[in-house]
Amino acid sequence: MLIKRTVDVPESRVTPESVYLKRRDFMKMTALAGAVALTSGRVLAGGKVLVAESAEAGTRKLEGVVAGPFSTDQAPNSWTDITTYNNYYEFGTAKDDPVRNAVDFKPQPWTVTVGGECAKPGTYHYEDLVSPYKLEERIYRLRCVEAWSMVIPWVGIPLASLLKRFEPAANARFVQFKTLYDPSRMPGQRRRILDWPYREGLTIAEAMHPLTMMAVGVYGRVLPNQNGAPMRLVVPWKYGFKSIKAITEINFVERRPRTSWSMAAPSEYGFYANVNPKVDHPRWSQARERVIGANIFAPKKPTLMFNGYADQVASLYSGLDLRKNY
Amino acid sequence: MKPGSKSFYRLTKPLLFLAGLAPLGYIALCAFNIAGLTLGANPIEELLHQLGLWGLKFLLLTLAVTPVRRWTGWRWLVRYRRMLGLFAFFYVLLHFLTYAVLDQGLDAAAILEDIAKRPYITLGMTGLLLLVPLAATSTRGMMRRLGGRWQKLHRLVYAIAVLGVWHFYWQVKLDTLQPLVYAAILAVLLSTRMYYRRRGR
Repeated sequence: MLIKRTVDVPESRVTPESVYLKRRDFMKMTALAGAVALTSGRVLAGGKVLVAESAEAGTRKLEGVVAGPFSTDQAPNSWTDITTYNNYYEFGTAKDDPVRNAVDFKPQPWTVTVGGECAKPGTYHYEDLVSPYKLEERIYRLRCVEAWSMVIPWVGIPLASLLKRFEPAANARFVQFKTLYDPSRMPGQRRRILDWPYREGLTIAEAMHPLTMMAVGVYGRVLPNQNGAPMRLVVPWKYGFKSIKAITEINFVERRPRTSWSMAAPSEYGFYANVNPKVDHPRWSQARERVIGANIFAPKKPTLMFNGYADQVASLYSGLDLRKNY
Repeated sequence: MKPGSKSFYRLTKPLLFLAGLAPLGYIALCAFNIAGLTLGANPIEELLHQLGLWGLKFLLLTLAVTPVRRWTGWRWLVRYRRMLGLFAFFYVLLHFLTYAVLDQGLDAAAILEDIAKRPYITLGMTGLLLLVPLAATSTRGMMRRLGGRWQKLHRLVYAIAVLGVWHFYWQVKLDTLQPLVYAAILAVLLSTRMYYRRRGR
């Protein structure tokens, strides 16, 4: 489904892809890196074959994308890294499962059901939700709870803009999100590895925060299926599992909603899941992270409080014990 | 060629040796991006995973020799057991070196902290340390010198296999399917040994 967009900003304002790739390539100084893989087919160590994944052969380009706020000046990871290393259990639990198993997933037509404590609940089509807004590019850090990280040039809209439309009521203290539940389209859901559908939630303040975005693209292109097409959250100061993918339901609720990973392992994953080097996962340290795409002989990078977004979000949690509220 | 004859071993032992190195060869091809093979976006994680898996696989193969020998009557299998056990040690050692050198950058303080604070690493390190005396006493000379004590020492391989599978189980984030499969295979191998012990050799 093509969204006809008026081009209000010239394409030349958008950093060309070749510049990204050059910056990233420069950082890859080891034979173990996959820079060359941008244009070649890849067989992953499990013996499985990948379709040639090149940015040029990627998804459709998005028109009229403007540069958004809060972008880091760190070099983004390659298209290949971003689209072949994914935690998306709806398509399998291995990192290379989603790129292979989400090939046939059709993210359009897509509807989102909005409900709960708001004045404008209803079922909205993807186009109705996204087309009123200017698409922004924001280059965010993503820190997985497994202690690796990437830098990703998302394209999307501030979640606040989207949510304000539904006029949340005064007692809407939290926003709940749900992913599609359809084992016929998401083969990984045939196993109850998680209690499907995937569920996440944010406090209303976190959801309305300027940093929080609803992403519909990456690298100036439509979001690939394995990255959560057609729309997913990006909450960059929290561990990646908070950035729920393939959203079909948004509910404004009064009580804190249950979230999938804290249901699966409550002692390991909490509601807040703020990136915090001082609070370890019970089974591994969170003090450092493996930077995807960096030289393999480089040491792990020290993890930053709130993934380096402390200036923007620390005030949301003043007075909150972040060790107890992990 | 008769199985168990000198010429039989002269042919098959080198072949088994090459087969034992083949996983490493494949991993190396992936590591150097040859023929479109790759370790993926997180090569250190993939290396750790593959080397650890092969260590476990060779451990289970080593433990399978005696049950298979008893079941089939093929006594000539036993002569491969040492090589299989040493390959297990080899891959576990590479797995540890990947962790210590690539993952931790030889940061001794960080490694010691991991061993102390992360139970799955405590188990893994214990398993590796227990493998060392087994590898060191794997020669025929050592077998002669230790006599009956050699048998007792090498029974540690059961504990090592349990530690290895448990280390794997506690390491996975959520999907315990693969470690449980290994645990099931180990359980079958250990129970067949107990079965034969009760029956009398």
